[in-house]
Amino acid sequence: MAYSDKVIDHYENPRNVGTLDKNDDNVGTGLVGAPACGDVMRLQIKVNDDGVIEDAKFKTFGCGSAIASSSLATEWIKGKTIDEASEIKNETIAKELNLPPVKIHCSVLAEDAIKSAIDDFRKKQAARRESKT
Amino acid sequence: MALKLPIYLDYHATTPLDKRVLDEMLPYFTEDFGNAASRTHAFGWKAEAAVGVARERIAKMINADKPEEIIFTSGATESDNLALKGVAEFYGDKGKHIITSRIEHKAILDSGKRLEKMGFEVTYLDVDQKGFVDPEHVRAAIRPDTILCSVMLANNEVGTVQPIREIGAICREKGVLFHTDAVQGIGRVDFDVQSMNVDLASITAHKMYGPKGVGALYVRRSKPRVRLVAQMDGGGHERGYRSGTLNVPGIVGFGKAAEIITHEWRDEAARVSRLRDSLYKKITSALDEVFVNGPWPVTDANGKVVRLPNNLNISFAYVEGESILMSLKNVSVSSGSACTSASLEPSYVLRALGVEEELAHTSIRFGLGRFTTEEEVDFAADLTVTSIKRLRDLSPLYEMAKEGIDLKSIAWTAH
Ligand SMILES: Cc1ncc(COP(=O)(O)O)c(C=O)c1O
Ligand code: FES
Repeated sequence: MAYSDKVIDHYENPRNVGTLDKNDDNVGTGLVGAPACGDVMRLQIKVNDDGVIEDAKFKTFGCGSAIASSSLATEWIKGKTIDEASEIKNETIAKELNLPPVKIHCSVLAEDAIKSAIDDFRKKQAARRESKT
Repeated sequence: MALKLPIYLDYHATTPLDKRVLDEMLPYFTEDFGNAASRTHAFGWKAEAAVGVARERIAKMINADKPEEIIFTSGATESDNLALKGVAEFYGDKGKHIITSRIEHKAILDSGKRLEKMGFEVTYLDVDQKGFVDPEHVRAAIRPDTILCSVMLANNEVGTVQPIREIGAICREKGVLFHTDAVQGIGRVDFDVQSMNVDLASITAHKMYGPKGVGALYVRRSKPRVRLVAQMDGGGHERGYRSGTLNVPGIVGFGKAAEIITHEWRDEAARVSRLRDSLYKKITSALDEVFVNGPWPVTDANGKVVRLPNNLNISFAYVEGESILMSLKNVSVSSGSACTSASLEPSYVLRALGVEEELAHTSIRFGLGRFTTEEEVDFAADLTVTSIKRLRDLSPLYEMAKEGIDLKSIAWTAH
């Protein structure tokens, strides 16, 4: 299969690879996919007090398109508020990377990873508020 | 010598044409272009004679009794179809049961499915974790209405060399015809239709340094005499078994390729085997959590070679196969990962061996061959090691495994 230049660029120079401290209250972690399906994405966000994502990191087990989708996702959500970030759609990722139809699900996974990281962050915040009251 | 990139390590898929083969083929495209079925002039006689030489060389390569036992086809897909469907149609009155294995090539499995739709019953034998068919399972599966057993000589993905001699003996004893898809084993491991009691065998030129689009079916003519119903009707070529004007240049090349193999295969297999072992050592000494799929060690207790000398199929835990392929862009290999297939299904062969899906996704098949050099193997090994290390740095699973997290304990969201 031929890859688009953008997929290759993200695959060869992935942005924001790494790990944030998942026990930090300001960090949300999304872990989606399944090893048996051949793709697992872990996307983490660090959110400041204004609700802005100031850092994002990922690690992905998956094909080149999955790696590129998650790399692009971290790039896009950095600097956005969590509400803005949750608006990102897999179609936009797929379009930006020129993914062929069989690779659309890799971008779906990236969208899921963003949502799941935000969920995790929100849950943590809610838990923190509860423990304060 | 400078390394020429990309490096080809996918010899199971196809092989380059040997120059010696090409040289013999060339005149048959131009000056000697006759139709081998033209009986009325010199052009036809010359073509027919050339086909005769090829038939003899191929017969000799597999130790067939007579050249007439070689039926030319368009390749092993056609040979497999002709063997199964042709035998089923001829012997269908005698019985409707066929035995094969789960890790055969699709040409066999799908022919089997077709026959099932036509009222035949097919038993698909399980294989063990290394990919072996147990000859005793063949014996146990044979029924009074069994007409044919088909088990491949060697598997194209994991390189398992089947106990063909043992299976052949059982089939002969029980009076069941025995077919083998010998495509991957020809020129790589021992193969002899006499001592192995093989009644039908599929071969193809393009996996043995000959041209694409030409193959053969060996059909035994005596003790027992095997009969087939042709699946291609027409001018009655190939003694009525396979109509269609013969691909004379292709057949000439096929014959030359067979002649080279007859003389050179043992030395070649030994050399390629050493290269494969060196690839294995370099990879496994530099990386943890890599698992060979298929038999290892490569010989059994009796010293018999049980894995194709040119095959290495490895799972690199925690990194997905297609991403490995992308990283190995100067090394042409293939993967059993679902992501590389149009169907997004992982390899049915690995599944039949009981390889967990997690690991099937991470598998890479290296196929070496006649023109593989030591420098190429070193390059491929080094690139593989650096690629896997880089991809593992990118892998959440590798990180989790290293932290001691049991990946099986996690509630994954299968999709
Ligand atoms: C074991 C086996 N059988 C059959 C075939 C089909 O051969 P051909 O390409 O000549 O149709 C192949 C090659 O893909 C093979 O590996
Ligand atoms: S991760 Fe399997 S196709 Fe992308």
